[in-house]
Amino acid sequence: MIEYLTSFWLGLPESLQYTVYTLLKVVVILVPLFIVVAYYTLAERKVIGYMQVRKGPNRVGPKGLFQPFADMFKLMFKEIILPTNSNKYLFFIAPVLTFAPAMAAWAVMPFNDTLVFADINAGLLYILAMTSVGVYGVIIAGWGSNSKYALLGAMRSAAQIVSYEIAMGFALVGVLMAAGSLNLGEIVAKQSGGMGNWFFIWLAPLFMVYLISGVAETNRAPFDVAEGESEIVAGFHVEYSGMTFAVFFLAEYANMILIAMLASLMFFGGWLSPVPDLVPDSIGWLFLKTGFFMFLFLWFRATFPRYRYDQIMRLGWKVLIPVTIVWIAVEVVLVYFKLGPWSV
Amino acid sequence: MFATIKYYLKSFLFLELLQGLNVTGKYFFRKKITVQYPEEKTPLSPRFRGLHALRRYANGEERCIACKLCEAVCPALAITIESEQRADGTRRTTRYDIDLFKCIYCGFCEEACPVDSIVETNIFEYHFENRGENIMTKEKLLDIGDRYEAQLAADRAADAPYR
Repeated sequence: MIEYLTSFWLGLPESLQYTVYTLLKVVVILVPLFIVVAYYTLAERKVIGYMQVRKGPNRVGPKGLFQPFADMFKLMFKEIILPTNSNKYLFFIAPVLTFAPAMAAWAVMPFNDTLVFADINAGLLYILAMTSVGVYGVIIAGWGSNSKYALLGAMRSAAQIVSYEIAMGFALVGVLMAAGSLNLGEIVAKQSGGMGNWFFIWLAPLFMVYLISGVAETNRAPFDVAEGESEIVAGFHVEYSGMTFAVFFLAEYANMILIAMLASLMFFGGWLSPVPDLVPDSIGWLFLKTGFFMFLFLWFRATFPRYRYDQIMRLGWKVLIPVTIVWIAVEVVLVYFKLGPWSV
Repeated sequence: MFATIKYYLKSFLFLELLQGLNVTGKYFFRKKITVQYPEEKTPLSPRFRGLHALRRYANGEERCIACKLCEAVCPALAITIESEQRADGTRRTTRYDIDLFKCIYCGFCEEACPVDSIVETNIFEYHFENRGENIMTKEKLLDIGDRYEAQLAADRAADAPYR
């Protein structure tokens, strides 16, 4: 049987072998991602419940562990309602446009020094590009729904993401100045040699800016004005139901995990061990750090009240962007005098 | 000058945000107060006002004397009473209907009743499956009274010192 399979495999044309192999790698990345997303939704409800002295969902399966599947089946069997006078084409392309970049961004994500799907040189740039494309899905969803709340939500989200993209971009400029590379693997490699070399120490302000704008970028509390339940119902996805809604939901959570993983890669040394002499580097460190940032997202949501729209704009333009620019200037000085990570 | 520096330091070190996170972080480990409803229940007061019942005396005679005070006091006009003289010369109801859709569970009927006949039990888990089931007839009310007499008497006794 195995012989037959290997001979069959080797008999295939090279291009087909390559395609199958690539598709398999995609599956290997995306299936665990989907599972993590599914359980992240459960974790969110549990964590927020716990912080509100509740127990959270605990009815489906042992300790509520099958809740994500119950949610998924419910959403799958719900009717997708197309609002009157909505643009059918835009209405259905929008969730895809949000979802596809959120998944595509994972292509360049390194899990350790060899385990990376596409080891491209401009990895950081690629991720920035992909996360920005996701905004179009939100805007198109708001426009295509033919609903005033959706349109308001889309406008807010567009303005918000445009402003925070700048702060985030500048924060990443600081990282690539420190690492001297746009390749995520090399950024991590540059931080090797114990916790003291991790970028969050020298780039602390940039890390905070990155974390804040990361939360804003994913439209999460306290920056979730694009959804803003209390004033505009659900923002850009009010009119979406069933699977179309689920796709938006998936994209949001995949983006959160992406931001969390990026934060641990760029500022916390990814898979590097904090004390390399005692504990070896491993992929487990990356997951641990990512898990911590994922938990932070939920913690923020359970703690902070939503920002007002004008406060978000003020924070983005008048606080975060100046802070990043100042710290990049500081970095320039550090580089010139060969201090910190630039001493070698 | 000093105040400005203090202000900037406070906001850039996220002191207040960390305080907030600290509070929720502590609550994360607190004992949870969720009551798992169908399995666990919260205690009910003896004054709880749930589904209605008509009580009887210990000898089996129904208490209600058709004085219609409850019908008069009912703010939602949920009670309908018709009465006539029975063979032994006493006045009794021939019809005692409570429309549970109209009833607001205020308990005035219970307070108006001179013979403690109409009472509100602590039953709150009930539902209707067909039209018309919302009308509690005299038979249904007496039946509930018979089944829950022990509980009803205990609740009245517990509340008696405060009346």
